[in-house]
Amino acid sequence: MWERIGAMVFKEVRQMARDPGMFVMMLMFPIIQLAIFGFAINSDPRHLPLAIESKDNSVYSRSIVSALRTTGYFDVAKVVTTYGEGDRLLSEGEVQFVLTVPADFSRDLVRGQRPQLLLTVDATDPASTGPAVAAVNEAIARALARDLAGPLTMRLQTPPPVDVVLHRSFNPEGITSHNTVPGLLAIILSMTMVALTAMSVTRETEQGTMENLLATPLRPIEVMIGKIVPYFAMGLVQVLVVLLAAAIVFEVPFVGSFGLLLAVTLLFTLVSLALGFTLSTLVDSQIMSMQLSMLYLLPSILLSGFAFPFRGMPVWAQWLAELLPPTHYIRLVRGVMLKGWDWQLALSETAVLVVMLLAFGTIAVRRYRDTVA
Amino acid sequence: MSDAPAIAVRGLTKRFGGRTVVDHVDLAVQPGRICGFLGPNGSGKTTTLRMICGLLIPDEGEGEVLGLDLRTSRRAIKQQIGYMTQKFGLFSDLSIAENLEFIARVYSLDNRNARVEAALERLGLTSRAGHLAGKLSGGWKQRLALAAAVLHEPRILLLDEPTAGVDPQARREFWDQIHALAREGMTVLVSTHYMDEAERCHEIAYIAYGVMLAHGTTDQVIAASGLSALEGEGPGADRLAAEIEERPGVAMAAPFGTTLHVCGTDPEALRAAVAPWAERITWRAVPPTLEDVFINLMRTATDGSVVEQA
Repeated sequence: MWERIGAMVFKEVRQMARDPGMFVMMLMFPIIQLAIFGFAINSDPRHLPLAIESKDNSVYSRSIVSALRTTGYFDVAKVVTTYGEGDRLLSEGEVQFVLTVPADFSRDLVRGQRPQLLLTVDATDPASTGPAVAAVNEAIARALARDLAGPLTMRLQTPPPVDVVLHRSFNPEGITSHNTVPGLLAIILSMTMVALTAMSVTRETEQGTMENLLATPLRPIEVMIGKIVPYFAMGLVQVLVVLLAAAIVFEVPFVGSFGLLLAVTLLFTLVSLALGFTLSTLVDSQIMSMQLSMLYLLPSILLSGFAFPFRGMPVWAQWLAELLPPTHYIRLVRGVMLKGWDWQLALSETAVLVVMLLAFGTIAVRRYRDTVA
Repeated sequence: MSDAPAIAVRGLTKRFGGRTVVDHVDLAVQPGRICGFLGPNGSGKTTTLRMICGLLIPDEGEGEVLGLDLRTSRRAIKQQIGYMTQKFGLFSDLSIAENLEFIARVYSLDNRNARVEAALERLGLTSRAGHLAGKLSGGWKQRLALAAAVLHEPRILLLDEPTAGVDPQARREFWDQIHALAREGMTVLVSTHYMDEAERCHEIAYIAYGVMLAHGTTDQVIAASGLSALEGEGPGADRLAAEIEERPGVAMAAPFGTTLHVCGTDPEALRAAVAPWAERITWRAVPPTLEDVFINLMRTATDGSVVEQA
């Protein structure tokens, strides 16, 4: 019996060693997961970009800003003076917080009139901003404890000398599903469009029908388009299901233009299909194409900002994520649905997707030939 | 019918990596002829067929298929060629009728339904048109594949080992059909391993290790080989093969039932080689078979080290 089991083990090991896909499974997956979970993901993101909109350049406001910085949660990315500039930066996603210091802040503070500080938060992703928000009051109190010295110490008594008004933009109730459901569009489309296209092409190669197809007058581009159209239609059905669920079940607000969302969704679907096609030209079995798709999906889910705060990741992981189409699409969906982006705000992310479509499309067409081998 | 050959290729060469799979092959087939394409496994038959039907681009060489340039008119050639792949190339998860309909659409055929109906009728599959192609038995798959390959009425039909694994009756019917198609003017290039099939071709081309070694009618190829053969009959004749093959002047010896088939290039030397067993076994001269010729050609080719291993 042991000899027979040994024979099986031996055979199995030899086959594993000869199957590059198996190696991908066995080595790449743990390495990638370790890198992502161990180094890239951070659910307590620090150094989040903050814009200061200050009308009061005093020792107190400067000290508050520096205290916020010392928490480690905030990096002052911009100092603006014009009204509305902060909101624009927030909407574009350039900063996640805007601290508005009103004029007369220091005068009112000294007079004990409890001036207000307005902290506007991009609350689309409540998880990523939560810890930072929690640190704000404490930091301000500590800063003022130092500055309100001498006779002003009395201002430190309760109630606190400053009234921090928190304004959660785009997702006032801080509901997580408002952020995840739109993000799901990207994940669902990636899963199905990339994996299914890759598999549908390799299936032809694997089953030997590709040779027959290639012997007919069908051009490669005709095969590609013919294969993509049904999946494209399926993608649209998925989008409608998710959007309906978002609206009816999860009551996700829809601030922006539906047409714009549809346009960027079509674009992203095409990018995914082209990518799936490109993957299929790299491998010749369905199993391999499935594994390759998984290798793409894993970082797409974890690094794109879908599951974990994008700004919590180290720079290398952020750059890696920038290369993934879902990262850009997720920003677009959240921007359009929750922040009401118009096409001008959507332009730069859309441009990235267009470039990706052209790149993958070119690779797919070039690699997919009308000859065998 | 014009006199220009339907297929005419010269110096066709294909390399994969450092290995020359097809090495300067010349081949001309006249319209309406059935040319059998023979050679050992891995000799470059499939690669040559693929180059002719535009599935592979030759590294060297030139040629015309139906007067169209092989290198520049691949798409136009594809329109007029029917190609039946070695492996069943239709969709197993589509029905018989759906497969034919797909092919009809791909070739933009007119009267699509009528053509599909007619093809089903010819196949005798009208009643089973809705069955999945994948569920058919080997013989039926092969018939369906042939029907699909000729649905667009190509002028050239390329068949890559079409009858592998098919029972004798189905093979016979298949060949009857091939001859019927050739009578209508279709040019057929068919690769095979079966000698009986080779003999049913108008002409044969033998390729080994990428090199074309013989081309002509069966008789021409046998005559050109310069082989002569002896058949030995007597007690234990079939057991002498290994021993006799060692003798000078014997190219090969193979048992056929109780008899022994011996051949060589020099008839005198052959007689001398079997002389020691003349008492027990009666030797009589027989015409060499196509198989003798091919096995001999293959051995000579190996000896001539035409093989260029990667």
